[in-house]
Amino acid sequence: MRYQRMLVTGLALVLVTAPAIFARAQGEEVPRGPTFAARALQALIDGIQFGVIIAITSVGLSLIFGTIHLINFAHGEFVTIGATFAFFLNASAAGPGWHLIPAAFAAVVFGALLGGAVERGIWRPLRARGTGLINMFIVTIGLSLLLRHVVLVLYGTRPASYAQYDIQSTIGIGPAGITPRDLTVTLLSVLVLLGIAALLQKTRIGTAVRAVSANRDLAEASGIDVQRVVLFVWMLAGGLAALGGVFFGLVEIVTWDMGFKLLLLMFAGIILGGLGSAYGAMAGSLVIGVVAQMSTLWFPVDLQYAWALLVLILVLLVRPQGILGRAERVG
Amino acid sequence: MDFSAILSDALRSGIGPIAAVYALAAMGLNLHFGYTGLLNFGQVGFMLVGGYGLAITVSTYDGPMWLGVLGGVACAIVLALLLGLPTLRLRADYLAITTIAAGETLRLFYRSSWAEPVTGGVFGLQRFANDFYALSPIEPGTYGVWLVRFGARDLWVMIVGWALVVVAGSLLALLIHSPWGRVIRSIRDDEVAARSLGKNVYAYKMQSLVLGGVIGAVAGMMQAIQVQSVNPDNYDPAVTFFLYTLLVLGGAGRILGPVVGSVLFWFVLSFIDSALRQAIDAEFVSPDLISTSEVGAVRFALVGVALILLVAFRPQGILGSRKEMLLSGR
Repeated sequence: MRYQRMLVTGLALVLVTAPAIFARAQGEEVPRGPTFAARALQALIDGIQFGVIIAITSVGLSLIFGTIHLINFAHGEFVTIGATFAFFLNASAAGPGWHLIPAAFAAVVFGALLGGAVERGIWRPLRARGTGLINMFIVTIGLSLLLRHVVLVLYGTRPASYAQYDIQSTIGIGPAGITPRDLTVTLLSVLVLLGIAALLQKTRIGTAVRAVSANRDLAEASGIDVQRVVLFVWMLAGGLAALGGVFFGLVEIVTWDMGFKLLLLMFAGIILGGLGSAYGAMAGSLVIGVVAQMSTLWFPVDLQYAWALLVLILVLLVRPQGILGRAERVG
Repeated sequence: MDFSAILSDALRSGIGPIAAVYALAAMGLNLHFGYTGLLNFGQVGFMLVGGYGLAITVSTYDGPMWLGVLGGVACAIVLALLLGLPTLRLRADYLAITTIAAGETLRLFYRSSWAEPVTGGVFGLQRFANDFYALSPIEPGTYGVWLVRFGARDLWVMIVGWALVVVAGSLLALLIHSPWGRVIRSIRDDEVAARSLGKNVYAYKMQSLVLGGVIGAVAGMMQAIQVQSVNPDNYDPAVTFFLYTLLVLGGAGRILGPVVGSVLFWFVLSFIDSALRQAIDAEFVSPDLISTSEVGAVRFALVGVALILLVAFRPQGILGSRKEMLLSGR
């Protein structure tokens, strides 16, 4: 166990450093400007910020997998819907023009209701019919196509920003810098993640979620209302995805397909951390975020997501159950 | 509303070169998903390496076209091996996520500025299929019966495309009804049983992945030839989703499933598109509700609805057998 963990950590390190050696071997000039250490620190800060946002969105995805073993391909659309719903309330010409903070709260509530609605309207009836998991998996793709294109019709293809916190000057952290907006988003994300951990560890419903994830039949036999737990997980996942969407839209930009772009990184994060584990999803997403940003030190920015996805494939080679996943036979 | 125009659009699309390309790509996917039970969500990646293999050989390196075809096929084999090595031992859902990640990674690499000298980056590559069109025996002009008319070039691509569909279909039919095919289907139905009979499940899955991937790559080449260009953004993960839709529509695990599915898929998609545009022009549908520029998105939203309803109410599709397609969560 311990050796394997060290092996994976080592592999992650190699992946982050190998491109540097590769770039040197290619004789590429590292661009002038701030020192390498400064740029590395900046990339690390950006990576952590990106990673915690992915973590917020992917925890729900992982919990859904943990409780009903469904891979929800439509999860990215929940992210987009959260971001665009907040945009509608906040900055759209047709919207009421709320401040971003209440708009974000409304988006989270909307996301939670949407999550609950698809659970009650689609997944519960399908489970009652005894639909196979792979068929359900294909249904999530249909749902993803539907939601994505509905968003496209309602929102349009133009990227846009929220009305508030648009342009800010950075505060220096050593040689690197971060805007107050990004710092707030990062700290809030960490707080939310800690809140989820507390929820899972301390509350009754959190304990029930963990029980259902560990062994659904046993949980049901010991008197846990599994349907209620699953509904709760869907609402939690929907709300968190929406919140992550608002955060991502805030630090980057709101687009109609932002969630789908993020979805693959979420998958990478949860597989890296171990499918179904909430803490694994957090850890894995953080690694993915940092790898994506650190890769820009050596490689073109347009490849940053590709490196994150490559890490996923490589980790599967050595440790298919993920960094924090239990070593069980999955094949 | 001009109904003959709507019907003409729909028919042309239903039997056109794109329907042939999608039928071919879906045949490869059918071998993976319908017969072997492999959830390959990166079929578009095979199409990408096929199309680019051809385009790069001819356009970037001035190679002959036959070498490009070989190059595309070789790339598909390498991709299948690379994908299969880590994931085929794992559960189906891992394969799904890994393949979609691999497809998207490839797309990002091919479109990056880093790869631009070879792949043309975001601009892609053009005009590499002249040799193919030079082979065409069809005189320039338009040909057709009733409402359906095609230009000579499209007709040539169509003939070759559907011929490839027939070849691939016959090959698959022979394979599936051979002992090899029985093992493949037994892996789909009960992998443990197949293993306990002494079959090397891993090797069979790998063979299936390679063969289906090569068929996908050939489809990618035909697509690249048809538009005389490859562009990274044509290889969006959504293409794989459409392939699944038409496969489920036609019936997975049936030789003719992808063909029926593709023809119907493009017929219906084009029908909706054309009908919606006409309805907006004729002001039957208010432009405030759906504008002409949104028609494309609306029809894809309808594809999503169709996929949900199909899987919920008729998972075996038009041709499939329900008993065979009750896939469990493997």
